[in-house]
Amino acid sequence: MSVINQNNSFAMTRETLISVEQISRDYGDYRAVDNVSFTVERGDVLGFLGPNGAGKTTTMQIISGVLTATAGTVSIAGFDILDFPRQAKAHLGFLPEVPPLYTDLSVDEYLAFAARLRGITRSRVAAAVEHSKQRCGLNGTGRRLIGNLSRGFQQRVSIAQAIIHTPAVIILDEPTGGLDPIQIHEIRQLIRQLGEEHAILLSTHILPEVQTVCNRVIIIHEGRLVLDKHLDRLHEDSGKNTVRAAFRRPPLPETLQAIAGVNTVDRIGEQTFLIDLDPESDALDVILQRTVNSCWGLYELIPHTDSLEETFLRLTLGEEDRVNAPGDVA
Amino acid sequence: MNSIVVIGAHEMRRMFKSPLAWIMLAVVEFLLAIFFLILLNQFMNPSPWFAGRGLTEIVVAGLLQVSGIVILLVTPFVTMRLFSEERRTGTIKLLFSSPVTLTELVLGKYLGTVSFLVIMLALIALMPLSLLLGSDLDLGQLGAGLLGLLLLMASFAAIGLFISTLTSHTAVAAVLTFGVLFMLWILDLAGGTGSEMFRAILAYLSLLNHYNNLIEGMFNSMDVIFYIIISATFIVLSIWRLDAERLHQ
Repeated sequence: MSVINQNNSFAMTRETLISVEQISRDYGDYRAVDNVSFTVERGDVLGFLGPNGAGKTTTMQIISGVLTATAGTVSIAGFDILDFPRQAKAHLGFLPEVPPLYTDLSVDEYLAFAARLRGITRSRVAAAVEHSKQRCGLNGTGRRLIGNLSRGFQQRVSIAQAIIHTPAVIILDEPTGGLDPIQIHEIRQLIRQLGEEHAILLSTHILPEVQTVCNRVIIIHEGRLVLDKHLDRLHEDSGKNTVRAAFRRPPLPETLQAIAGVNTVDRIGEQTFLIDLDPESDALDVILQRTVNSCWGLYELIPHTDSLEETFLRLTLGEEDRVNAPGDVA
Repeated sequence: MNSIVVIGAHEMRRMFKSPLAWIMLAVVEFLLAIFFLILLNQFMNPSPWFAGRGLTEIVVAGLLQVSGIVILLVTPFVTMRLFSEERRTGTIKLLFSSPVTLTELVLGKYLGTVSFLVIMLALIALMPLSLLLGSDLDLGQLGAGLLGLLLLMASFAAIGLFISTLTSHTAVAAVLTFGVLFMLWILDLAGGTGSEMFRAILAYLSLLNHYNNLIEGMFNSMDVIFYIIISATFIVLSIWRLDAERLHQ
């Protein structure tokens, strides 16, 4: 994206807010990021996945201007991060993996500093701090020292810091790390909310998190981009239609297998089966009919949704490693 | 410009949030007050050694001489956390991802540090100024001496600032800064064995010699420029260092 169309870039609804073109980054002889390109548009919540050491954090730091790429360019809202750092970074909110907090300041002091640093004028700082605190559920903590807050509240303060200047682009490196389930839920809701008007790039280890908050996913492995897809198109890849069914009085797998349109039956538990169906057939109707007629006691029937996990493992692991792997990643 | 002030004010606020700044001011003031008392006592009971010297020469110049050494001892503790701590706690990423240039960042930090040292200078200056209540001082010499101390502080701060960009350990930054400052201070002593030329160069580079001129009331613009060049050099080196770090970390 060139600098020429900066002026009207906010008028459009689906403009590209992050544009990463062929960036590489070397640490000495080691190439941490290798020729990665992607774009993020307004309204995108992009999940950024990869095993540890795949180059996620390096990529995010390059996009936010903390590191410089060895090769390639990054532009934020149309501004090149190296040629126009001030304009580019004014549109950027960044939450690093380790919260960038001054523990000896109070929440208000810290957020006021962040606001001033991001170029909010003195008269508007108080309003910006108030608004940001409200969005992150920090009401009533303004005068407390950050060092005395719990891990979850510290995480909220660092998210508040990233959104205080309502940037067009928000980059979050593992935003839900170290939070309890309620806090995780709240933060995810906040991210979804923010995603409506901003472009969000979010890295995480938690695959279900991507499925709940993101609409697009990219996977990076050994520094290279191996997948860039909208989540609702992910299953197209495998071309499968799999359901998970659980019965109180399970039939024999052979019985299920015999139904027309059932491709494979996988018994994954005492009462649970993974049934791969032919998308064109009425096999599911037949299964339901049989469970009613034969009293199999069907109590669970859900579309098999861990295709993201499978995709992830397929792309990031060799086949021989797959047996022991799922526990490590999820 | 605005960002420089924001970062400078932030630096000051954080310094006074920790007990370190308060304790440093208190200890420096206390130590120098003792010296002030001793010097005043010597002036009141003059020995032959002080013959022909006035109040300003004995008390003010003496106090500023000691102040220079005390400042050398405490500056490393002021500058050690500037970038080292930011890097260790990760807050440097907040600064790097904000719409401020590295120059603004370094100048802001420098401004904050020098402002703190100016407060220390003002507290030190109160002691000789209190003599005005009962006597006449050579205000020209006092002014030159205080300017000298300010310049000394500014150059120490720039050196400390640069060293804090080199490491993420505050203690390492403090020790290294102290070592470098002390070496620059005593540089001319080392020249005793070399050739005349070598000795002259070392004597010129010594931070001490230029300071001595000023506290004796000799205002030479070369001395002033010397400190400004030292400060500017280390500020530029800090900016380069941070820029290189983003590329070669």
